[in-house]
Amino acid sequence: MKNLVILGAGTSGTMMANHLRPKLYLNKWNITIVDQYKTHYYQPGFLFLPFDIYSEDQVKKVGKKFIPKDVKYIQKKIEKIIPEENKVELEGETLKYDVLIIATGCKIAPEETDGLLGPLWKKDIFDFYTYEGSLALREKLRDWQGGKLLVHITEMPIKCPVAPLEFAFLADSYFRDKGMRDKVEISYVTPLSGAFTKPTCTTALNYLLKEKDINIEIDFAIEHVDNDTKEIVDYEGRRIPFDLLVTIPTNKGDEVIEKSGMGDDLNFVPTDHNTLQSIAHKNIFVIGDATNVPASKAGSVAHFAAETLTDNILLYIDGFPLKKEFDGHANCFIETGNNKALLIDFNYVTEPVHGKFPFAKIGPLSLLKESVLNHWGKLAFRWIYWNMLLKGIAIPFVSRNMSFKGKIFDIKPEKNN
Amino acid sequence: MAVKTIAGVEVKVTDDGYLEDMTQWNKEIANEIAKELNIELTDKHFEVLNYLREKTIAKEALTIRSVGKSGIVDIKQLYELFPKGPLKFSSKIAGIPKPTSCI
Repeated sequence: MKNLVILGAGTSGTMMANHLRPKLYLNKWNITIVDQYKTHYYQPGFLFLPFDIYSEDQVKKVGKKFIPKDVKYIQKKIEKIIPEENKVELEGETLKYDVLIIATGCKIAPEETDGLLGPLWKKDIFDFYTYEGSLALREKLRDWQGGKLLVHITEMPIKCPVAPLEFAFLADSYFRDKGMRDKVEISYVTPLSGAFTKPTCTTALNYLLKEKDINIEIDFAIEHVDNDTKEIVDYEGRRIPFDLLVTIPTNKGDEVIEKSGMGDDLNFVPTDHNTLQSIAHKNIFVIGDATNVPASKAGSVAHFAAETLTDNILLYIDGFPLKKEFDGHANCFIETGNNKALLIDFNYVTEPVHGKFPFAKIGPLSLLKESVLNHWGKLAFRWIYWNMLLKGIAIPFVSRNMSFKGKIFDIKPEKNN
Repeated sequence: MAVKTIAGVEVKVTDDGYLEDMTQWNKEIANEIAKELNIELTDKHFEVLNYLREKTIAKEALTIRSVGKSGIVDIKQLYELFPKGPLKFSSKIAGIPKPTSCI
């Protein structure tokens, strides 16, 4: 018997277990998946928890439910990967593998920024990238009296790069609905040179910030948080005061990657952009947020990547060359508040464009334009996530590679230095 | 894309003024681009520029964080050398492509 081991039962790992089990003979291949946690979180829901749009039970389920029955699920901490010996050490157990899939994701590392974990952490400084952080922020917002709200990104890359902006938009709607928008000053602070990570988006969508009265501070690379004066300070000494700081701390890959000496300076695993094979070891493949590929760290990207990776693992096992197929395709809804949303579709090299999706000229969804239908799409996605995506069921009419049909290339990115 | 004469040499540049071909770069070109950005280059600047060029040739992605760990400068010093654009301005002066903030 041969062994295929998947590390991590998050979005990517769970999808890979579901894709591969029906395709690998039961009498030839064992599949084992390892994750220390019992709960599988619907992470896109963390954006909605603070605003009381979703409740706790809508964003979590028991992870094992989504793992096929012929896959062995081990709920233990992963201690170390030893690629030279094709072994993974767990708490009190060692697994041998023939093929390894690393799907250990990424998480926030607030300790990377001086002063972030100081006396104001969880008092006036919050994150919403963890379940606990998101819930704590909900409690804070429920009776916050207003003041200066900063929505802040520490450094790129981060998981779901559009989430901070969505947070700012939703905050605008939330405080309007509460009749206290005039008491809240919202600023969006980014290390990038524009609100959006893609220049075409900045060109097409900057009006949204004006419309929602959100200030923007660009090129701000945080050096530390001053807990005494309640300010964030950048490397040039620029200071921005806050009453409530909602920050996206540095994102890093799992510490097991660091312990195993397999990551870059942020613990992301160097991975071939198009085949998803690890650069260092031929029998190791990497998917989702754990990779260093320059695509968004997002569920949709993992979904498209999983289809390519499934084919490539089957090719690898049979000794064929791998497909250089993955193009970094991402497809993201962006909540803009007031029950509207945008949809963007892009890949490694092509920026988001106008057009209709998924059917050329017909839609029904519009790309890069606000609509109520897109908002419904975003909410429907939670159902799709639990019922289709995790199970590895292809989403109808949406292909793994970006399609150029029905797309209109009419936006020139803004020029800047 | 356009052709621009920098320090007496005709070079191909992008719309943003970044060199299209990093092999066309030399110290005089660096000095002239730096002047446009109000930066006077010192030996320390050139240490950083050479580091950036080496990493680009090695196809390694550059971030402020990685330059800060280069052993040449820390992030604070990088900002002091290239105010307002530690990575954008240094890349422009080093004759390498504009840094992409991926995603």
